[in-house]
Amino acid sequence: MAKKRINIRNHSAESALFMRRTLVVFLAIIVAMATLITNLYYLQINSFESFQTRSNDNRINVQTVPPNRGLIYDRNGIILAENRPVYSLQVVVKKTKNLKEKIAKLGEMLDLTDKEVESFYSRNRYSRSFKPVLLRDQLSEKEVALFTVNQHLFKGFSIKANLKRYYPFGKAFTHVLGYIAKINSNDLKRIEERGETARYRGTNYIGKLGIEKYYEELLHGKPGQRQVEVDSWGKVIRVLNFIPPIPGKDIKLNIDIQLQLKAQNLLGDTRGSIIVMDTRTGGILSLVSNPSYDPNLFVQGISSKKYNELLNSKDRPLINRATQGRYPPASTIKPQMALLALDTNVITEHTKIKDPGWWIVPGSKRRFRDWKRWGHGEVDVNHAIEQSCDTFFYDASYKIGIDRINPFMESFGFGQYSGLDIGEETKAIMPSREWKRGRYNAPWYDGDTISVGIGQGYWTVTPIQLTQATAILARKGKIITPQILHSIVSDGGAFTPPLQTSQPIVLKDEHYWEIALKAMYGVTNNARGTGHRAFANTTYSVAGKSGTAQVINIAEDEEYDADNISERHRDNAMFVAFAPYESPEIVTTVILENAGGGSSNGAPIVRALFDEYFDQIKPKEQMDDLDG
Amino acid sequence: MVSTKAQKSIFYRLHIDPWLMFGLFCLMGLSLMTLYSVSPDWVVPQLIRLAIAITVMIVMAQIPPEVYQRWTPAVFIIVVLLLVAVLAFGHTGKGAQRWLDLGFTKFQPSEIMKLIMPFAVAYYISQHTLPVRFKNAFIALIIVIVPTLLIAKQPDLGTSILVASSGIFVLFLSGISWLYIGVAIGAVLAFVPILWFYLMHDYQRTRVMTLFNPEADPLGAGYHIIQSKIAIGSGGVWGKGWQQGTQSQLEFLPERHTDFIFSVYSEEFGFVGILLLLTIYLFIIGRGLWIANQAQDAFTKLVAGSIILTFFVYIFVNIGMVSGLLPVVGVPLALISYGGTSIVTLLAGFGVLMSFNTHKRFNAK
Repeated sequence: MAKKRINIRNHSAESALFMRRTLVVFLAIIVAMATLITNLYYLQINSFESFQTRSNDNRINVQTVPPNRGLIYDRNGIILAENRPVYSLQVVVKKTKNLKEKIAKLGEMLDLTDKEVESFYSRNRYSRSFKPVLLRDQLSEKEVALFTVNQHLFKGFSIKANLKRYYPFGKAFTHVLGYIAKINSNDLKRIEERGETARYRGTNYIGKLGIEKYYEELLHGKPGQRQVEVDSWGKVIRVLNFIPPIPGKDIKLNIDIQLQLKAQNLLGDTRGSIIVMDTRTGGILSLVSNPSYDPNLFVQGISSKKYNELLNSKDRPLINRATQGRYPPASTIKPQMALLALDTNVITEHTKIKDPGWWIVPGSKRRFRDWKRWGHGEVDVNHAIEQSCDTFFYDASYKIGIDRINPFMESFGFGQYSGLDIGEETKAIMPSREWKRGRYNAPWYDGDTISVGIGQGYWTVTPIQLTQATAILARKGKIITPQILHSIVSDGGAFTPPLQTSQPIVLKDEHYWEIALKAMYGVTNNARGTGHRAFANTTYSVAGKSGTAQVINIAEDEEYDADNISERHRDNAMFVAFAPYESPEIVTTVILENAGGGSSNGAPIVRALFDEYFDQIKPKEQMDDLDG
Repeated sequence: MVSTKAQKSIFYRLHIDPWLMFGLFCLMGLSLMTLYSVSPDWVVPQLIRLAIAITVMIVMAQIPPEVYQRWTPAVFIIVVLLLVAVLAFGHTGKGAQRWLDLGFTKFQPSEIMKLIMPFAVAYYISQHTLPVRFKNAFIALIIVIVPTLLIAKQPDLGTSILVASSGIFVLFLSGISWLYIGVAIGAVLAFVPILWFYLMHDYQRTRVMTLFNPEADPLGAGYHIIQSKIAIGSGGVWGKGWQQGTQSQLEFLPERHTDFIFSVYSEEFGFVGILLLLTIYLFIIGRGLWIANQAQDAFTKLVAGSIILTFFVYIFVNIGMVSGLLPVVGVPLALISYGGTSIVTLLAGFGVLMSFNTHKRFNAK
């Protein structure tokens, strides 16, 4: 303190000191400002482009606009698969006030369930405030109307229309059209493998089955892009650029809706399959597999309970019987077998055998029974087909041998994919020595051949194979590939069918075809023909062949008594036919599971289908053509 | 200014400095323009606050320096007590206890401390001759540290930095020996590693790391500073234009009208706009330092110098933090940011400067 008193305040010295310090401070300020400016120069001048990009990335959002899926029509232009608007109610929470009160009011109006309200709140918790949150999915037209009238009371609430695939005919076309459903992880993997990730951006659905899957490429289309400016909440401020999506192509099928519905009706509750095909083009007019299911369930997302019901049903509705059902062809392949017998000189047109009602493999005691206990007596090839004589074909096939049967039948498409344009197909089994060795590790026995000779034993076919084989027969060896797609409507009806590379079947004598076809004509026209009763008084000429396939092997000497056998073990009834006989237009295959005899149960259905086609559909088409 | 001509000028008689006034009005104009761009809603409330603040400034300018000096100790002690009261019964807002509810209004004692701190230190130091001695400097340091800690505890890091620096500036201007300065800086630097390795928890270290490296946490703590740098950088030389800044208009920037208003300004007016703004600031600082040098005695010189230096700290810390040089602490951009109290305290400070410049006793020297 003493020192302090000595110090006399020197104002000019203090001022000078203060001045010096101020100068230091001022210099420091200049340096600090220079530092700031250098940094800002670096940000705004040196890094300008990088920050400009980041600023644009912030505000510009590229949204994918999914394409509308192509529509599917039947041959007459009737819509089979369409895109229907589905209405959902959504809320932009940031735009509303008194949210709880309003939802309560809406709840009374639209019967919102507690669960819906609850899941709305939980969705809302994880959503940004300007993004609409779903409140109610799939509003009915009435609910939409009810809400629209009162919309002014609900600011921030809006109705959004989405397009959803809809199959107006429900289960009638499921096994043709298939369906689309939500893309799952397997689909995603496939999409990635094909490098189509960009095409599926913004799309939630993909073809899962049938036509929807097979022609996914055509039907899907290409997504568009919308460049929008968004704020930090994700709210769209304005559209900067818009590239419209390219919609999927509309396609027309060969299917005739009238014939399809008729076939579905004719089957009723019977498990089985009906196929009607144009023999000239291979166009599939009708393809039914019964029972079926509603494809719309899968579009909406099927509940696991319902799915399990379908999956575990004893009737196997998920199986497409027309292409995946494996049936013994039974007598329906006797005409082809006759052709082979003729072509291999095992028989001639006039060869007759005596049929006592059974046949024994030479050199053994094994007895094969004819379906007619007392036998057909003396039969030639015509008689054998008309009456479906088994003994005749036991003998013939024994003489031909499996090594000649297999390649010949394969050329008719048995044991092969038919080429039908849906993916779900099985080759079934056209047995051979190698096949049996591979499958059972056992040699081929003569007895195996005898069974194959009448379309039993190891031999199984699918209805589509049988249809194709009958068509090839009707067209005298010309290979016909079945085809569901008729044309691409969007391309002005243009469509190039797949190139037919298969060589026709050539026999040693063209006349052999006549022998087999004439016998098939006899089946439906001669008094002794198995199917003649069903085809009395037609306005067109028909040729056909019945088949009654054993589902379980009946032991030798045992009587088949339909009434005593449980329903599931009864015979499958089959009938194949084509018409008109002179110049075939359509061919059909009918398979009725566990229905009994082919001619008594199958033939009347074929008759009804042919009547529908020749008496109803065709005249109408001709009228339309005349009008056109 | 100490000429007869100046004495007669209307500004002098009103105790107003026209140069400072001009600079301040330029800033207010830029502030209103930028606020209008952020949202026109901010303009009218800001105008009201400016009117109040200008009134306060003019009132402060009328008070002669002797009165300031006389009342300094009493006011300082009251404000320190108020700060203690805030910690005890204060209102909590945004996670910090800053407000004192007086029934009719809420106010922040820390804002008043910002203003009173240089007076308090200058009052103590000017009792002795300059340059300041070690013992006095040590006592002055305690005057600085006590309120600083009280404010930091609220916690309000931004304000406590400003309060501390306004006090330390007085010490510096009072000619504290360079040796002491060097030792102080050395001590602080030595303390940092001790703090870092021994005193801080892991989570605190991570927090500090994020402060210095926001890109490490782009969606969390770093989001604001990244968006701010994008706004500034994308402004370029000429800026995106008034009301055209996408970062601010589309709400990517946080706190657009307050702490981050510089980013809005830089985005819309570019580097050229920044140079203009900094020139205005430098002009005001230059004028302020000149006034400080012209002041009559040690007390007024020290107070004036500290006020103007604190003004600069506002600017440096705010621009430094929004452009990524400094960690984000809540300091508004002086006279540009929206907000009542900071504008009132700042303009009150300039009122004090004007008072010192226009009340001169000619018996001195």
